[in-house]
Parts: sequence; structure tokens; C-alpha cells
Amino acid sequence: MATEISSTSPPAAADTPAAGRRRLPPELSILGVMIGMMLLFEVLGWIFVGQSFIANPLRLKIMILQESEIGIIAVGVTMTIIMAGIDLSSGSVVGMTAMIAASLAQAADAPHAIYPSLLGLSPIFPVAAGLLCGLLVGIINGWLIAYTKIPPFIATLGMMVSARGVADWYTNGQPIGNLTDSFAAIGAGWWPVFIFLGVAFIFHIALRYTRYGKFTYAIGANPLAARVSGIDVERHTVVVYMFAGLLSGLSGIVHTARAISGQAGVGMGFELDAIAAAVIGGTSLSGGVGRMTGTVIGAVILGILTSGFTFLNVDAHYQEIIKGGVIIAAVVADQYRQRRRKSV
Amino acid sequence: MATISPTTAEIIRQSGVVPGAEYLLEVEGVRKAFPGVLALDDVSFRLKRGHVHALMGENGAGKSTLMKIIAGVYTPDAGSFRLKGQEIKLTSPLDALKYGIAMIHQELNLMNFMTVAENIWIRREPLNSFGLVRHDEMRRRTQALFKQLDIPLDPEAEIRDLSVANRQMVEIAKAVSYDSDVLIMDEPTSALTEREVEHLFKIIRTLKSQGKGIVYITHKMNELFEIADEVSVFRDGRFVGEHAAADVTRDDIIRLMVGREITQMFPKETVPIGDVVLSVRELGLEGRFRGVSFDLRKGEILGFAGLVGSGRSNVAETLFGVTPATSGAILINGKEIAIKNPGMAMDAGMAFLTEDRKESGLFLLLDIMANMQMALLRHGHSTVGFVKEREIEALCLQQKARLRVRTPDLEEPVINLSGGNQQKVLIARWLMIKPRILILDEPTRGIDVGAKAEIHKLIAELAGQGVAVLMISSELPEVLGMSDRILVMHEGRMTGIVDRKDATQVRIMELASQ
Repeated sequence: MATEISSTSPPAAADTPAAGRRRLPPELSILGVMIGMMLLFEVLGWIFVGQSFIANPLRLKIMILQESEIGIIAVGVTMTIIMAGIDLSSGSVVGMTAMIAASLAQAADAPHAIYPSLLGLSPIFPVAAGLLCGLLVGIINGWLIAYTKIPPFIATLGMMVSARGVADWYTNGQPIGNLTDSFAAIGAGWWPVFIFLGVAFIFHIALRYTRYGKFTYAIGANPLAARVSGIDVERHTVVVYMFAGLLSGLSGIVHTARAISGQAGVGMGFELDAIAAAVIGGTSLSGGVGRMTGTVIGAVILGILTSGFTFLNVDAHYQEIIKGGVIIAAVVADQYRQRRRKSV
Repeated sequence: MATISPTTAEIIRQSGVVPGAEYLLEVEGVRKAFPGVLALDDVSFRLKRGHVHALMGENGAGKSTLMKIIAGVYTPDAGSFRLKGQEIKLTSPLDALKYGIAMIHQELNLMNFMTVAENIWIRREPLNSFGLVRHDEMRRRTQALFKQLDIPLDPEAEIRDLSVANRQMVEIAKAVSYDSDVLIMDEPTSALTEREVEHLFKIIRTLKSQGKGIVYITHKMNELFEIADEVSVFRDGRFVGEHAAADVTRDDIIRLMVGREITQMFPKETVPIGDVVLSVRELGLEGRFRGVSFDLRKGEILGFAGLVGSGRSNVAETLFGVTPATSGAILINGKEIAIKNPGMAMDAGMAFLTEDRKESGLFLLLDIMANMQMALLRHGHSTVGFVKEREIEALCLQQKARLRVRTPDLEEPVINLSGGNQQKVLIARWLMIKPRILILDEPTRGIDVGAKAEIHKLIAELAGQGVAVLMISSELPEVLGMSDRILVMHEGRMTGIVDRKDATQVRIMELASQ
């Protein structure tokens, strides 16, 4: 761990202001946890079920596919958390975009058409509609937080309830099936993983190398100082929540394409898994701290847990109990790291 | 010698037995290293009963570190501690309190949404037989405490409604309420007005007469000679010397602190004064100040004097668009501009070093480079949003060298720097945008003598380069020494502008309190 190395550096460093003191990326520790967890399941696998956990490409593929949808949301949520906010509406937005996208993606021979005149459309339309819908929700979230000054928790909590309501209202809760093959192709094969890693990469670059990223960290670290430094805090807040909404919409599209149907209830609890992925990855809920690489690793850790326990035939209830413990352990570890940094 | 436990110490103290040691506290051979820095090296310190012992030294000299060790906040790497002759071992602030050592921190540690009384008796609330808090008893005890210290505050007031000075009083009352023998005050007057400082000194004298020992960390020379019995000087983590306050002069102390002579305190240069760059007409902010008018010229330093709360900082905030004006006009280079946010002010060539470093200046968790570049990012240095890291790093290194920021590298989180270095980082942030009008609100508050002189020199240099400077300061010598003209405010009104040649402390104080 980075902190350990610096704290054992000899005190003689005081005389020569240690030029270029080595700083290891903070993700290394969480990466270690991830690898350790995989090895643990490997060992348990040989003991209890007599087979390898890692040497099973299909299992790994399913594991990563499952987490991609959460991961896409987590990318957006990470940015809101770095800005000392939160987005609780993402799971509901998944449900809402699932319905809207599915209604525009029905095949020409669909027996229960929502819009009989809009069948067999190019997948561009449902994708655009889904993204737009996520974007709008994001803008509303951001606007509420930036201009009415209500806490992000409350604004997005309200949106979480309302967006779920829209999803239910859209077809009175009826699922939408018979989607076109070209739309379903978005969720086929490795595509969800590529999309997840793609958006993670884009926003990793954005956070580290662009003004957008620097302003996000600045607002999270001290909104007043950010304002005095000439940053338009309100506008930036709207932009960050807009991206978070857009990514939730994207996740909804991927989910619908994978399931080849739209259901109003999907995505429930996704927001909490996404927040968990960000927090396990080292993003601090008090703002100003966090990295996209950490969030990707956090999402993978959640995936390993689910798939590892399923592999060991652990009862689903126990899985949830242990998952909760891991999330808490991650935050405890984070607090511990922060305390050490402060005492320096 | 065997160490005594905090609990034993507490029992002994409560029994009223007074061990006959001359020194309340003796500290020897303390060593404390932080990553990359040896903060304290073989430091010793002794505190006598009924004495005020001042600690002086530049920022980063180790005063606060030593006191935090004595208050149990930090654990030392080496060193022995004796309290009234008994060996003790400190592991937490709670231990220190039980031993009778209380610290009043520079950053006030009060809970904003709780009342004065609740803050003072936290963790020790008087309970009734059901285990519920007895608020009446708590109020009575608080009143008794306030009467003893002559503090005119309502025990039921909420902390967030109090001024900084009053919060300071609550902190002191809280420390006294522990019946501590050793009270550590870390720059208690940095946010107080002269009258409040006098009140504080009265309280300190009362405590002294009760036989308590007071450690007083300060940067202000005049306070040292007014209140202290002894003074210990620190430099670069080492103990340089202990003297009776009566035996040393101001120059002696400065020499000990910086290890060199500082000949010129206020290096004001006579520079050509140019055209008017900023013109303020009848500026007002509802409920804060009104009718403020002045001209600021190229190369001029305009001082802003007045008591804390007279509206000086509000004028600065309004000029910079933090709180847009509700009346009046701001003209820049003769053109009226309605400044609605800091971005507009920056575009008009202004920069604003705020009064409170931690609250509105620093991004404490971010590194030095992120802190320095934040204002610059508005002005280009990026292609389609991508920041030109190398270009900016070069500029940051340049500022770091120019301002002599003491740090190993730019990736150091700014929270780890001393106050003086933090202030330099903020000044660097604003110098990087090359302002034509520089507003400085208390540019040297809580900063050691060496860094202070450097900042004064820098301000004079900038004025020489044609920057128009508006400098707010509560320290009269600083305002008098640095300014070409001084604008004085009192209760939200401008009471006058005095020329350098006519300005005296008395004249300014008259205007500030009329």
C-alpha cells in the first residue's frame, strides 16, 4: 500500500526534500483484494466442489456480463459521489428506459404492439429514445440539486420513486416482448462488457485529463472555494448529473437488449450496487476522492462475490448477507485509510 | 519512575492534593517524524505553575506539533513527559484531559447545531435518576462558569449563531470546565478584535492567579510582551531557547525565530501610480454595507481597515461577485460592469484571496498542483477540454519556486502543508491568472514572520509591476506599512480615506470606531 511505503521512509528525508517520492496508485490495494478473493474461491472450489473457479471461461464471462449493467451505472454514480453528491434514481431510470426503448424496438410481427405504426424500426431509434430519456432525468436531477439547493440524496430519491412510476404507468405494468434481432444484438456476446469498459475508459480519461474532471474533484472537495475560483458550480452540477442519467439510460438499453424484453420492474436495487461498486473502489462519500479504475475493480469484486457464492452453491440469502458485510468492510477500510492520511 | 494512569491522575486531582512540584509540565527529548519531514527533533519544554509560557516560531517550526503531542492528539516517536513530577504517558486527547491538560485548537471544534451549554458539558452532562439530561442544571453550571470568567453569553444560544470571537470564548470556557491545570491556546487571537483580545487577556490573568499553567502559541509580538512570563522559541523542529519575557526584545525573538536578521518589515516601494483601473460608486449590499465609493489606480496599494465585522470582507466579496451588489456601480477601466459571479470578475482581470483559507480557499484533500491550477483552468490551457498538464505543471513549478513553497513535490495533498505554505499555494493560484486587480483579504493571517515578510515583499513587487492591490487587514502596522491610501470602514459604512502621509494608528482607530 502506498501509505505504508511513505510512512516507513527514513526521517533523513527531511534534509533532502525527497524529490519524486514514489506514490503508488491507491487502486493497488483494492486490486489485491480482488485477486485475493478470486484465489480464495479457487481454493474453496477445489475443496468443496472439486473444480476450478478461475479456469472456467464461461463462468467468468457470465460474471462480467452480469456486472456490466451495474458497472455502466457505477461510472456515472462515481462522478456524482466525487462531487459529494449521490444518484439514487439510476435503478428506476433503468426500468423506465427499458420500457421506452423496448416499445420502439418491437419486431414487425409483434402480436402485442405498443405502437402498431412503429414496428421494425432501426435500433437507432430505441437507443436514442432511451439515452434521451436518461439524459432528461439527469438534467432534472442536476437542476433540482444545483438551483433549489436540496440535498442530492432527496432530489434523486424523489426521482427514484417518480421514474419507477413512469415505468409502471407506461404499459400499466405489462411487459413488452418480441424485440427486433438487430436491437437484441446490442446485448449479445461481449457487447455489454465492451460498452461498460468503453464508458469507464472515456470517463476515466475525462476525470483525469480534462477540465470537466478537475472541476468535479474541486466541487467535491470544497464547493465554496470552487465558486471563488471562477467555476460555474451550478452548471457543472447539472452536467455531472446529466452524464449520470445518460449512463443509467445506457444501462437500461443494454439490459433490455440482453433480456430481449422490456419490464417495468427491472433495475431495482441497481443504484445501491452501483454505489457499492464505487465505494468498494475507494470513492469517498464525502467527496473529492475517487477514481474510475477503482470503480471498475469494485464492480468486478461484486461480480466475483455473486458468481463465487453461486459456484459454491451458497444459498442466495447468505450471499446477500455476506455482500452487505463486504460493502461495510470496504467503507471501514476506506475510513481507516483516510484517518491515517489525516494523521500525517 | 513508574507512570501513573490517567484515571489515577484524575482521582488525585479531584482529591485536591497539590503535589509540590515547581513545574506543572516537563517534556524532554521529544521526537516526531512525519513522512518526509522530521517535525520535532529532541525538543524539551517546561511549564511553571501560574505562568504564561509563549511559544514562538515560524509556521512549520514545530510549535503546534509539540502541543498536539502534549494534548494527546499525536503520538510521539520518543520523549518523556512529567506532570507535576510524575511520569505520564499520553495516548489520546481523553487521557490528556484526565491528566488535566486541555487544548484550545486553532480550528474550533464545536458542534454548530448544539447550544453553548451542550457543547461545554458534552460527555459529562448532568443526569437525573432516569439517565436523562438535566438541562436546568447544565444551564446553571454554565452560568456559574461564565460568571467566573466574565463571559457575557447565553448558555442556550446555538453555536452557529455566535461570532468567531464568542466561539473562542466558549472553547476557553470548555477547557476551563475540565478544571485543567495546563491550558494550551493555539493562536487564540487570530480572529479576535482588539477589545476581544483584551477580554481574553483578562481571562488568562484570572486563570494564572488560580495557579494554572498556560501555553500560549502566537505569532504576534506585542501579545507576547503583554501576557507572557516566559517564551520558548522553535526553529525547524528544534528548540532554540527559553527566556524570561522581560529579558528579551522583539528583535532578539525574531532573530531566534528566523536565524537571520529581518531588517525591513514593510518593503513598500515608491512606484509610479497610473490610471484608475477600478472605480467603485456608491456600492451597497442589502443588510451588509452601503455607500462605498473609491478609485483604485494602477500600481497603487489601497488598504482596507476597520474592525472585524465592519463590512470590509463583504465589500471584497461583492467586488468579486461572490455576493453580487444590490446597489451602486463597479467600473473597470472606465466601463461599468455588473459583476454577478466570480467568473465575470476574473474575466475583468480581478483575483481574490479570501479571508478564510480552509473555508473558501483550499481544496484540502487535493494536491498542491490541483489547488494551484484551479483558477487558471478557466483561462485556456486546454484543448477541447483536455488540460495541457505539462504546460500547467511548468507554471506551477515556477510559482512554487517564486513563492518558495516548502514541499517535496506538487503531488503532496495541501492538507499536509503548514499554514504559511498553504497561503502561498493560494497566492500562487491567483498570480497564475496574472491579475490586474488583486484583492487580498487578510493575506498574512496566521502566518509566521518569515513568510509574512516574503508576502509583503511580493505585494510590493506586484504593485511595482502595475498591479492594483486592495488589501484588507486587521493588523494596523501592516495596513500602515504597506498602503498608499487607507480606506476605513465602520459598521457597514465607509468613514474615510486617509493618505499614507497622514495615516497614523490613532487616526485610523478614530475612523474605525466613530
